[in-house]
Parts: sequence; C-alpha cells; structure tokens
Amino acid sequence: MSIAEFFSMGGYGFYVWGSYAACALAIAAEIVLVRARLTAARCVAGGREPSQ
Amino acid sequence: MNWFRFASPASFYPLAARLTPWFGGAAAVFAAAGLYLGLIAAPTDAQQGESYRIIFVHVATAWMSMFIYLVMAFWCAMSLMFNARLAAMMAQALAPTGALFTALALITGALWGKPTWGTYWAWDARMTSELILLFLYFGYMALRQAIDEPRRADRASALLALVGAVNVPIIYFSVKWWNTLHQGASVSLTSAPTMAAVMLAGMLLMALAAWFYSIAIALTRVRAIILERERHAGWAGEVALAAKAAR
Repeated sequence: MSIAEFFSMGGYGFYVWGSYAACALAIAAEIVLVRARLTAARCVAGGREPSQ
Repeated sequence: MNWFRFASPASFYPLAARLTPWFGGAAAVFAAAGLYLGLIAAPTDAQQGESYRIIFVHVATAWMSMFIYLVMAFWCAMSLMFNARLAAMMAQALAPTGALFTALALITGALWGKPTWGTYWAWDARMTSELILLFLYFGYMALRQAIDEPRRADRASALLALVGAVNVPIIYFSVKWWNTLHQGASVSLTSAPTMAAVMLAGMLLMALAAWFYSIAIALTRVRAIILERERHAGWAGEVALAAKAAR
C-alpha cells in the first residue's frame, strides 16, 4: 500500500480522515482548556489573579 | 487503608494528581495500538470498503457517551444520598467530557452515514436518542451554571441527571425496539461478535483508550473544580503555592 493510497482511503478520505481529525481536534482542545482551567484555579486559590 | 478518607476533597486532590499521568499514559499507549490496528493492520471491508474504518472512533466515542452518563448519574445519586460534595464535583467534572464524546459520536456517525446510507442524518431512533443525550448533558451543565449556590446547584442538577438516565437504555436498545436505519450491535455481552478478530481488537483498544482518557481528563477537571469551590479553605491555597514552588 502506498502513502497516496493510504490517504485516499479508497475514495473515502474525506469521511475517514474527517472523523479522525474531528476526534483529534476535540480531544486536543479539551486537554488545553482543562489544563488552563486548572492553572487559573491554582492562581485564584493561591490568592493571585490569573496572569494573562 | 481507610478509603473513605478520599471522600474529602482535600485528600482526594493529591491522589487525583498522582493518578492522572498513569491514566493519560495508558490512554496514549492504547490509542497508538488501536490506531495501528484500525488504520493499517485491519483489512478492507468487503462491503463498505475503507469507509468502515470510521467505526474505530465512532464505536469508542458512542460507548463512552453512554457510559460517562451512567457514571455521572451514579455520582449524582451518591451526592444526593450521602450529601457528599466530592461526588457532586465528580459528576460536574464528567459532564463536559460526556458531551464531547456524544458530539463526536454524532459527527463520526454522520460522516459514516453519508457514504454508507447516502445521508448525514436521519430521524431514526438511535440517532435521535443520542441527540437527546447531548441535550441532557447541555441541560445538566446549563442548570449548574444557572444556580449560584453550589450545594443547591449540586442537588438540582443531580435530579435532572438521574431523570435523564432513562434515556441511556433507550439509546442502547433502540436498534432492537424500533426498525432503525442504524444497524444492530456487532458486539454484545450475550453473543459472539460478528466481525473479524483484528477489527474487534482495534475497536476494543480504542474503547480502552477512550476510557483511560476520560478518567485522566475528569481527574484533572475535578482538581480544578475542587480548587474553585474550596478556594476559601486554607489547604487549597497551600496546594496552589506548592504547585508553584514545584515548577
């Protein structure tokens, strides 16, 4: 199987890669947001305003 | 070891911090193995061609969307029965991840439906009940947001979550109870799975990855919630300062 074949997914590339990309983006965004929320909560609990 | 010690947010916080990297690491390992099996090792499906590879993310997210709701409802019941703060915080921490997986199940399902059935969406029992699940998560989060006093928000949202739990068996059995466009279950506890072993292994690995990811992200979010809600307690300030010193 060539790289081009792998990415074309037998003509279903948009649907297959669209699904995997949606999951990857959503999970990456959730990790970033939750980490930011924890950092902000630490700052507030430590008596400081969260830095911008 | 007294496990009830961990029902207190102050002692649960460091435990959650210690466990998170292990669950996150396990999620990454299982996802890598599942992606390898699903995208490279598994053969092309005889009927659907390559488009079937969507099921590796679709099934994992759909299972998680229902399972997280059940776990959330369990913590809601615990918070109502024992008036336990930490149980309510666990439910609060699970809801956004549950909503995310529900949305992903709907999106990946639509992307599978278009090439397979010729439509992104149909008002079929399985899809409609899954959409209702998304609205239940949104309703739970909106109700929490709308009530300023946290303990009152805990009770009201817990009640909503418990009533909404009726929807989960409806989603699960919808393909049996109604004549749906969505296919029946290929994997169940009562019969042998109707798919090739390598496809099944890839699907189960992705499901395990989703489990461990959900645990890791919920433990991280619950730490933020604990600090937000307990910020006036002395220990929360100490935790925050210790985290600062460790960096």
